[in-house]
Amino acid sequence: MVALTAEKQDHNLLSRMAAGDGHGENSAYFDGWKAYEENPFHPIDRPDGVIQMGLAENQLCGDLMRKWVLEHPEASICTAEGVNQFSDIAIFQDYHGLPEFRQAVAKFMEKTRNNKVKFDPDRIVMSGGATGAHETVAFCLANPGDGFLVPTPYYPGFDRDLRWRTGVNLVPVTCHSSNGFKITVEALDAAYENARVPVKGLLITNPSNPLGTTLDRDCLKSLVKFTNDKGIHLIADEIYAATTFGESEFISVAEVIEEIPDCNRDLIHIVYSLSKDMGLPGLRVGIIYSYNNRVVQIARKMSSFGLVSSQTQHLIAKMLSDEDFVDEFIRKSKLRLAERHAELTTGLDGLGIGWLKAGAGLFIWMDLRNLLKTATFDSEMELWRVIVHKVKLNVSPGGSCHCHEPGWFRVCFANMDHQTMETALERIRVFTSQIEEESLKLTKQMAKKKKCWQSSLRLSFKDTRRFEEGFFSPHSPVPPSPLVRAQI
Amino acid sequence: MLSSKVINESHGQDSSYFLGWQEYEKNPFHETLNPSGIVQMGLAENQLSFDLIESWLDDHPEVLGLKKNEESVFKHLALFQDYHGLPAFKDAMAKFMEKIRGSKVKFNANKMVLTAGSTSANETLMFCLANPGDAFLIPAPYYPGFDRDLKWRTGVEIVPIHCVSSNGYKITKEALEDAYERAHKLNLNVKGVLITNPSNPLGTSTTRGELDLLLTFTSAKKIHMVSDEIYSGTVFDSPEFTSVLEVAKDKNMDLDEKIHVVYSLSKDLGLPGFRVGLIYSNNEKVVSAATKMSSFGLISSQTQHLLANLLSDERFTTKYLEVNRKRLRERRDRLVSGLKKAGIGCLKSNGGLFCWVDLRHLLKSNTFEAEHSLWTKIVCEVGLNISPGSSCHSDEPGWFRVCFANMSDQTLEVAMDRVHGFVEAMVMNTNHGKQKRTMWDSRRRSLINKWVSKLSSVQCESER
Repeated sequence: MVALTAEKQDHNLLSRMAAGDGHGENSAYFDGWKAYEENPFHPIDRPDGVIQMGLAENQLCGDLMRKWVLEHPEASICTAEGVNQFSDIAIFQDYHGLPEFRQAVAKFMEKTRNNKVKFDPDRIVMSGGATGAHETVAFCLANPGDGFLVPTPYYPGFDRDLRWRTGVNLVPVTCHSSNGFKITVEALDAAYENARVPVKGLLITNPSNPLGTTLDRDCLKSLVKFTNDKGIHLIADEIYAATTFGESEFISVAEVIEEIPDCNRDLIHIVYSLSKDMGLPGLRVGIIYSYNNRVVQIARKMSSFGLVSSQTQHLIAKMLSDEDFVDEFIRKSKLRLAERHAELTTGLDGLGIGWLKAGAGLFIWMDLRNLLKTATFDSEMELWRVIVHKVKLNVSPGGSCHCHEPGWFRVCFANMDHQTMETALERIRVFTSQIEEESLKLTKQMAKKKKCWQSSLRLSFKDTRRFEEGFFSPHSPVPPSPLVRAQI
Repeated sequence: MLSSKVINESHGQDSSYFLGWQEYEKNPFHETLNPSGIVQMGLAENQLSFDLIESWLDDHPEVLGLKKNEESVFKHLALFQDYHGLPAFKDAMAKFMEKIRGSKVKFNANKMVLTAGSTSANETLMFCLANPGDAFLIPAPYYPGFDRDLKWRTGVEIVPIHCVSSNGYKITKEALEDAYERAHKLNLNVKGVLITNPSNPLGTSTTRGELDLLLTFTSAKKIHMVSDEIYSGTVFDSPEFTSVLEVAKDKNMDLDEKIHVVYSLSKDLGLPGFRVGLIYSNNEKVVSAATKMSSFGLISSQTQHLLANLLSDERFTTKYLEVNRKRLRERRDRLVSGLKKAGIGCLKSNGGLFCWVDLRHLLKSNTFEAEHSLWTKIVCEVGLNISPGSSCHSDEPGWFRVCFANMSDQTLEVAMDRVHGFVEAMVMNTNHGKQKRTMWDSRRRSLINKWVSKLSSVQCESER
């Protein structure tokens, strides 16, 4: 009794917000990180540790960054060359931000959009990373109880960033693998009509996290048209803008609205950050870029809660206004991303593992549907636990990204070196060959019992056959049994 | 189309506190380039001791190129976004805070949550401790920014605890009970008391007796005690600074889960641009929730690295605190004596970056309207941006917060000359003919009208 009272007291002592789990950290997305934290892979010290493939970081061009920093001591206010600016920078807390910082960021945003569009430095508002930007945008555009449409699958952090302290809801717009997870107007209409809360906007991430796909021009136009027609906001998170590679092209919503003369720009907002394109998540540089003057004003006032350190603004201003460096950086980054992506996908192809065709992002969307015992999220979690604890790869289960269909996993590739990638692929190879062996055994057993197998290569999730052991789902008996590549 | 937070303009930035800054921005004083501009005395910044930090940086080149033991730490910092913060930085902050408190209190880095400035710390604490519609009691006058930081996005209310000049603004038991009652009459659930110690805008530190009274009160009511100790390192006179945690220890409440401290390096070290704040709490759940919330405003790893190095140099921090206090006291003394020459008194202060100045005798009437009128004149005609007491929720008209630590000695001289000139002119106006008064009255009336009718802007006629 006493314990209950104490707990109840405790409960009342804090806000509902603090006492609840709106922070979203009880998701499998974070559980995998915890497994990694407890046993992190190191090629020499911990070769059996968990390889982190659940954190979308861009670590491929740190050497270029480092070189620039060492060659530009004036960009630091701590060096002999830069210390004369120390006091001016140290007292600068104006929430407009250093003008040279905003100009440099605007230029960088233009470059990452192939200079097809201009950005006005006066519309650039700082925030505590894209995390802070999303929360601020939600505070500005919606009241508690309102909702934003979000195409699934989406970045797990949105559950916290957009909802926790704002009281805003997320209304999923279901996308299906059958059409490559494209966002359709039908799906948008259905989500909008069936929403049980007032819908205030549509949030897209382009390029997509977790899919790595980019939206084409027609699709973007249809999204602008959809939101304009409904009088709701369109928020485009373009945090992965410069991570396109190969033939993939990134088209910003900023470009598309130039082609729609009667577009209501008061409804258009962009969230951006340097965490992915530049690989600088530690510096906490988030940007809100809104075409709505009032939103710019108010978001700027709210930015007091998460300004970018002036020391960092100063460094970034210098770095991003070095145009030669920026051009070279973007070029090399794309090349290295393409290489690492190819390494992973070639490896997976060789093992018959499917993945969604995409040309951006720091991850791939891997298809393991045919390894599921049953087409359920319970099965997915079971498989995921095997992958994390036995295969020792931290990947993110699609369920944590609100994917409609079980069996998909986000696998990050840009946060590791070549050797680690090799190790990861080797572990996957061992894992799949174990599956094949088990599957062959099973096949022989089943054959003895004179059961018939479906011969189709394309799996049917309506198949209700269950198996007595392991986590295998039925597939063609043709040896060596390939895992089906997702048909896009 | 937009949220009510946007439409209702509840950000609190229409206060004269911020409008004065805007006037300054339009016409900022510069010794050589704009000698007739407005002197900024409305921004509590500490610019007196940068030379100490700069010379430390000169002596420590290894921090500069982001090299540590000859290896570049840049990559590590660039990727470091763990909301638990750089351990070396938290340890250094703990040591620094202990030093400021004369080692009478120990700080445990695990009870610390790093935030982007105390602006973010205060808001985050409200999100953790109170629901929308709950209230915190705050001794008035208080920092105008609280109206935004504590209330805007959280939906929490502030109920002022009335403190008056007649007893030196001491917090009394009666005032606390009265505030608590008033909150209940407004159907507000009181969740805690928040104090700033030393006080902004008063510049006085909270006495041991007051802290004891506060803890007794909050303990009895089972509510939170939040102490914003952002100015703790600026106490330059007796009584010496006493932290709420010290008194809690005396009362065997040092592990009490309802006591929380907010801190920042913006004032003591004069580094507001770096956005370094923190919450310190014994309450594990608060630390856990606040840490997660800090994702919305983490401290740049680059900054954590610099400060970890700076603050772990104990010789430097000891010297800095001593020199900084000395310079603040000297500057305060000069302001006080300059004002005294003009027949103007201040509340006796022992810390902070400002004085609480008594201009009640210059008011035409004992009203806030008269205070506004006087303030407008001081900003637009005298050219000094100071903060009117009403913007700090003062109960009595005629008090103004005047900052002294954000300018050079020469600029302070200029400001004092202007004050003397202004007071003389007022005296002359009182003693000599109607003519000047008529001109004065009509200009003043037009200013009041403009002010009262359109609170979103102040229009200064360029007269000087």
